[in-house]
Amino acid sequence: MTTASIATAAERLAPRRRFVVVRKLARHRSFRIGFVVVLLLVIAALAAPVLTGLDPTAMRVRFRFRPPQWDFPFGSDRFGRDIFTRVLYGAQISLWIGLGTTLLSGFVGAAVGVVAAQFRYLDAPLMRLMDALMAFPAILLAIGLAATLGPGLGNLIIALSVAYMPRTARLVRASALVVRELEFVDAARVAGAGHLRIMLRHLLPNCMGPLLVQLTFVFAYAILAEAALSFLGIGVPPPAPSWGNIVAEGRDFAVEAWWIMLFPGIAISLAALGMNLLGDGLRDVLDPRLKIEG
Amino acid sequence: MSAAPLLSVQDLTVRFRADSGWMTAIEEVGFDLMQGENLGIVGESGSGKSVTALSILRLHARTTTAIPKGRILYDGRDLLTMPERELRAVRGGEIAMIFQDPMSSLNPVLTVADQITETLRLHQNLDAAAARKRAIELLDLVRIADAPRRVDEYPHRLSGGMRQRVMIAIAIACRPKLLIADEPTTALDVTIQAQILELLRDLQAELGMSVILISHDLGVIAEFAQRVLVMYAGRIVEQASVRQLFRKPLHPYTDGLLAAVPRVDADVHRLPAIPGSIPDPNEMIAGCRFSPRCLEAIASCRAQAPALLDAGEGRRARCPPRIGSLTAP
Repeated sequence: MTTASIATAAERLAPRRRFVVVRKLARHRSFRIGFVVVLLLVIAALAAPVLTGLDPTAMRVRFRFRPPQWDFPFGSDRFGRDIFTRVLYGAQISLWIGLGTTLLSGFVGAAVGVVAAQFRYLDAPLMRLMDALMAFPAILLAIGLAATLGPGLGNLIIALSVAYMPRTARLVRASALVVRELEFVDAARVAGAGHLRIMLRHLLPNCMGPLLVQLTFVFAYAILAEAALSFLGIGVPPPAPSWGNIVAEGRDFAVEAWWIMLFPGIAISLAALGMNLLGDGLRDVLDPRLKIEG
Repeated sequence: MSAAPLLSVQDLTVRFRADSGWMTAIEEVGFDLMQGENLGIVGESGSGKSVTALSILRLHARTTTAIPKGRILYDGRDLLTMPERELRAVRGGEIAMIFQDPMSSLNPVLTVADQITETLRLHQNLDAAAARKRAIELLDLVRIADAPRRVDEYPHRLSGGMRQRVMIAIAIACRPKLLIADEPTTALDVTIQAQILELLRDLQAELGMSVILISHDLGVIAEFAQRVLVMYAGRIVEQASVRQLFRKPLHPYTDGLLAAVPRVDADVHRLPAIPGSIPDPNEMIAGCRFSPRCLEAIASCRAQAPALLDAGEGRRARCPPRIGSLTAP
């Protein structure tokens, strides 16, 4: 999500002004916090082999259910696997699922929404299709799709994107419908702008605020949904770790071995929180109507 | 005038789809506009002024609008049947338009430079640097001080008057032959109104374009236009030169409008108003649509819809009794 919005922002801005945006972002407090949190998680994911010498799937039955201690900072699970190591490696998979789902559902959702708003005769068919998708609980739809498509990271991202895309599409459509009635859209048509230009330059940028906020939620939901799917056995197949399936595996021992669920849970919360703060900052800075001094 | 008109609207009828069926917004509207001429269109809210203007550039939503009759000839080509691609070249390139509300007619997320150069790059093959240079020139032309700095501002940092100047800069960017100004000064305060009108007049002289000015303010029309159309309930009721219209209006509705203008040279406590209000477009009125409010209405007015009659000297009015008395003696 971050890369997408920064990229579109960059396209809109002359090179000179791109630095102004970066400078404003650097000064924005919640963006800074969010950025640091997300950056740390990404670094932790990438640097997993350096930060821990252990194999996330290696079982050591002698060390089952160790509470957090020097050798096992986050404790160990029922197979004696180090939770710290599994959370680090799990970050790779979970963040990738979050990012992929956010990008794919954001891209498709924004396209559907803005097309529905611009071409009114497509509105009813597209929105009824979205309604049909939304009639299923998102998680149920994802389960069905994931089961049909078969296991695999790519299929999981597709399933989750289809499940979360209709909300984004509806949101973008609603915002775009408001924007398209404003006079500057007529002014753009009067200036000779075609449909594509109006959608990309006039409608979509003015829907960016709600879209970015929505996508930060999608990111968090995607990580949580992956947990649920993993729990049901159609997510990331064990023994490969993802935050979701570590939590899922810890559920049976929630009282006796609370640390199994606690640490991946904290990781999920941190990722969601970081993304939300980052999204807030992006919205503030990319929307010139909200004045940020600087 | 023997030359062909720049714009010729003929017999234009526009209908909108409403919940209760199709309603007629304007009916049999026709006028010619010469190169370099200023035409004013005046009327109350809902009289069809803006509908007429929007039809010229085909800005109505296609699914909810029907144009069963009429032609809009621009330079001999019919804008109503022109393919979309060709129309896009006309929009902004040859016919430009400015709107009433300067607060919402600029895109809030693009800078002034972005919005001016958008038009330039759509219609003229300018590279980014040349377009930017031209944008600054245009801001200078519409008398925005400190143009090189202002050009990088976002709209929310500009005042209403300044935004309207930016709109005008965008409109004239490609030197259009026709500028349609839909209530361009209504949302501005009076001193700014005068400045904007003066600016429009200067630019018009400089660029030699024709202007259609739409307003409900007779003062604005008197100051700006050479010829005036008075619209009532979707129809043209009178067409005359500004001088003729203000000296001796032909249609009773125009009388009423002129009487309702406050005067500075007379002590009037209460302005005379036209009794009643403009009819709902769905309301069926037999005969003249103004007859329920007209003090001079006679039986024939309520029986038969009057035609737009020629009254000599290029004037026309939709009031047979008055024109009859004009030509009879």
